[in-house]
Amino acid sequence: MRIRGLNWLFWGGIAATFVFQLAPLPAVLLAFKPYWLALVLIYWMIEVPERVPLGLCFVLGLVADVLGGEVLGEQALRLCILCFIVLRFRSRLRFFPMWQQTLAVFALLLNDRVVYLMVHAIAGDPPPPPDFWLAPVAGMLAWPWLFLLFDDLRARLRAGDA
Amino acid sequence: MAIPANNTAPLFGEGASSTLRLVVYLVIAIALMIADRRGDWLEHLRAAASIVAEPIWRLAAAPSELARDARVALADRHALSEQNAELSRQLLLAQTRLRRVEAVQEQNQRLQELLSVQKTLGLSVQLARVIDVDFGPYKRQTIMLDLGSDNGAKVGQPVIDARGLVGQIVEVRPHSCTVLLISDKSHAVPVRIERTGMRTIARGNGTLDTLELPNIPTSADVKPGDKLLTSGLGGRFPADFPVGVIRSVGNDATGMFAAAKATPDAALDRSAEVLVLHELANPVGPPAPAENVGPPVSLKGSDEPAPPAQPTSPPATQPDPTNQGEP
Repeated sequence: MRIRGLNWLFWGGIAATFVFQLAPLPAVLLAFKPYWLALVLIYWMIEVPERVPLGLCFVLGLVADVLGGEVLGEQALRLCILCFIVLRFRSRLRFFPMWQQTLAVFALLLNDRVVYLMVHAIAGDPPPPPDFWLAPVAGMLAWPWLFLLFDDLRARLRAGDA
Repeated sequence: MAIPANNTAPLFGEGASSTLRLVVYLVIAIALMIADRRGDWLEHLRAAASIVAEPIWRLAAAPSELARDARVALADRHALSEQNAELSRQLLLAQTRLRRVEAVQEQNQRLQELLSVQKTLGLSVQLARVIDVDFGPYKRQTIMLDLGSDNGAKVGQPVIDARGLVGQIVEVRPHSCTVLLISDKSHAVPVRIERTGMRTIARGNGTLDTLELPNIPTSADVKPGDKLLTSGLGGRFPADFPVGVIRSVGNDATGMFAAAKATPDAALDRSAEVLVLHELANPVGPPAPAENVGPPVSLKGSDEPAPPAQPTSPPATQPDPTNQGEP
């Protein structure tokens, strides 16, 4: 029963990120759209790492590529790198205080942006506009809330099933 | 107290095996990206996947539509009456313009008949709603319409709005299609400048408010404010649709040519409804010669029941008595 509730939370959270990622926003807010999928995956990797193996990150990245209409494999690559780094430093990230964790998430998202940039630079695309760098900031600001929300939901599920 | 060395190991994960896995996944991802950029075979896969993805796109677009509906529902009375006044004023203007257009159309009809032009510009259009817009930094500039192959949409159909050319359909699914905007970097439109008739190419540069006209001869007569119309060359877009207005003219990087920037006429970032043209107005190649050249029938005295006059005889408004006597 408890496992089932957690499953719902896990897959529901990921489905919600796909919808959030695609939802049209006013042009002003578009640059501030955080990379929701990465944030949710970071949460699960920190809390329940056996749920998010590298292969799942890869597959979810492919799904996101198809949904977003981008080059197939791009988000898969980015998520794999992100996932690898988080899993490697998981034990430290886990015991960081919130502000330190938030900074770590910012660094992860920034690194992700750099990977994104490299992929496109190799493909020969022009440099992006400066507001390209705003998304990691938005992601950093969103992190504590997302973390608290998921932690709370998980605690409730656990309490409800106990 | 010294900490045993093996206690540090868990801090760094599993080590070599996970690195190997990462490398394998990265290689697969890079191979996929190269295949997607270079080859065509992934297109089919992508087309199949996008049918599955369509409900999710619609779901993602739902909140913004809901917000729009809510805004209408919650608009206060003052705003509504203001809007009403504004709309009735616009209606009046529009009706006046419509009358003028009707008059011009009538005149046009007469002139065309006089010139024995056989084909008038018979365009059949279909109204389509924009259901999704996504302009990310590295994305193609496309919009999605609620028109699909079930409604007869085909790849290559031009799309216009009330002000000018919007783009062309590049991808068709059963219930929706994707339109590449004229402002996309990979898009180019053959145009002519209305004032001088000069033909050139207008290319998108990836921003919604600018078209670029590279490689104009420096001696050419191009000024800010000149209007751009489609030239109809290439057969993709029908001729004489407004495309944009020249905003600035300068030299290009080499200094050998002038390069102009133009503002698109169509509301690329604002249109909610667009028109899809169903047929190309101009087939490729020169027009077919007119069939019945000569003065219109009405000038030949059509009320006369007798056999028609000799081809060599000049057109007469009254039947000629001498011609009637001859068998």
